[in-house]
Amino acid sequence: MVLFYLFVTLFVLVSVAPLLWVFKMSIVTKTELFASPPTLWPHQTTGSHWHTIFANRDFLLALRNSVIIAGITTIVCLFFGSIAAYAIARLRFRFKSTVLTFILAVAFFPQVAIIAPLFKQFSDIGLINTYWAAIIADTVFALPLTVWLLVAFFKELPKDLEEAARVDGATTLQAFRKVIVPLAAPGVFTAAILTFIQAWGDYLFALTFLFTASTQPVTVVIPNFAGIHTIDYGAQAAAAVVVTVPLVILVLIFQRRIVSGLTAGAVKG
Amino acid sequence: MTTAAKPRRRGGGWLKEEFGNPERRTAYLMVLPVFVIVLAVAFYPVADAIWLSLHGGTPTVTGSFVGVQNYVNMFQNSDFQSGFVNTIIFTVASVTIELVVGMAIALAINRSFRGRGLVRAAVLIPWAFPTVISATMWRLMFQDQVGVISYVAHALGLVSHPILSDQTLLMIACVIVDAWKTTPFMALLLLAGLQTIPGEVYEAARVDGANAIQRFIRITLPLLKPTMLVALLFRILDAYRVFDLFWVLGGQQLESLSTFVYQSVRVSQLQFPEGNAAAVFIFVSALLIALFFIRVLGMQTSTEE
Repeated sequence: MVLFYLFVTLFVLVSVAPLLWVFKMSIVTKTELFASPPTLWPHQTTGSHWHTIFANRDFLLALRNSVIIAGITTIVCLFFGSIAAYAIARLRFRFKSTVLTFILAVAFFPQVAIIAPLFKQFSDIGLINTYWAAIIADTVFALPLTVWLLVAFFKELPKDLEEAARVDGATTLQAFRKVIVPLAAPGVFTAAILTFIQAWGDYLFALTFLFTASTQPVTVVIPNFAGIHTIDYGAQAAAAVVVTVPLVILVLIFQRRIVSGLTAGAVKG
Repeated sequence: MTTAAKPRRRGGGWLKEEFGNPERRTAYLMVLPVFVIVLAVAFYPVADAIWLSLHGGTPTVTGSFVGVQNYVNMFQNSDFQSGFVNTIIFTVASVTIELVVGMAIALAINRSFRGRGLVRAAVLIPWAFPTVISATMWRLMFQDQVGVISYVAHALGLVSHPILSDQTLLMIACVIVDAWKTTPFMALLLLAGLQTIPGEVYEAARVDGANAIQRFIRITLPLLKPTMLVALLFRILDAYRVFDLFWVLGGQQLESLSTFVYQSVRVSQLQFPEGNAAAVFIFVSALLIALFFIRVLGMQTSTEE
């Protein structure tokens, strides 16, 4: 039993250690940052790295860009995804499995395989360097997950309520909007979190389609977060913490739902 | 099948039936936007990449038709070769570690104990990190002067030169970071699969005198197969597409298939056609991996009701 708890503790510790260590790096002075041997517990702390990043206009812009790109991607995905998922889960039509297969197949696409053609198309219609270039690409790659989750959630809802609404004269769309959407709110919310986390993590599309500080998200900005000649390790550590802590909080609050959402597909698989 | 098979009447009869029915018309309208988006932004660009890969030219000007010449050049390109080999090594190493360690963890925490919720939550933390951010964080720890791992590895005599400037060490670092990020997630999926196996099955086996190893091989593995196949397929395809980790943690020093494509189609215009050939190569090989899982290993796709 002791061995078991030791194993579990070690596992948890390894999972969170890098975050704690990088947080430590972000609050110690430059001297201690470069100290050899490194100190396990911070001695001389400073807020200067945190001050650096929050005084940095480009970093704040990047944070804002990330929120906008991931936020709009999530909304677009949920809007179109929930409508399609409802039809797949509830309505009868030909080509249903074909449509679903087409959507889910995108989860297996190597993103890098389409960046050159997409770049060409996006430049032709003037989307390069706009949020939409990243949002459109992110949306397509988040849709498989969103649709998959929502189909699973919609299938679990009782059919009687919709049928009652239909008997009362509601159309399919009205039944969907007035009965299903409110009932499915927890499922939709879970799908929203997972879609948001995926879009928040995108690097390749943003790196390929966005070149200016006014549109680049944090994932592109942080790896290059630097002074002119050297990388400011303390500031980079602080920036990494800023970007991950909101996700960690989100995950801790909604862990039950996230776990059930993530495992639903694999276990039913 | 999802829809009941209808006997086909005169040619186009089912068309009238499908679109004459208001419920079905609504259904088509509801799936249409997603279908169009996916077709236009994923499938069409792939077709375009295939077309581009058969032509010469630069990102701005498409040259003349050259047949499979770009593919021939691609296979002879040493950057492509090392990218391909690195991708295979990375995929095999990281997925194997993740499966074995993930299984051990899943088996260990497949019982109720105090603080189980806490463990599940902690497990999700590495998974939620954007890959480039974890790559950035780990790069700080592998850094020669400030890095804690670098310090420890030197102190233990494991490495003799800076980790971030050695191809082999960089590869090991990438596998470590990938395993850190994904093993917990793998454990979570396997755990969910384990929990669907009814306890009575194990009871019966125990009564029949099966020991722990026999129970694992005869009961757990076969019953866990569907979950394992799904998890493996997703992990293999993810590792096979690796870009962020190599690009950021490797500081653009370590080539993968994806970094080769990215460099070729974006940075070096001279290799643009070869980059497109490599893009098609990744796509087709990923497709073959997926088909292998579905056809040969008999993975169930739950597109059916």
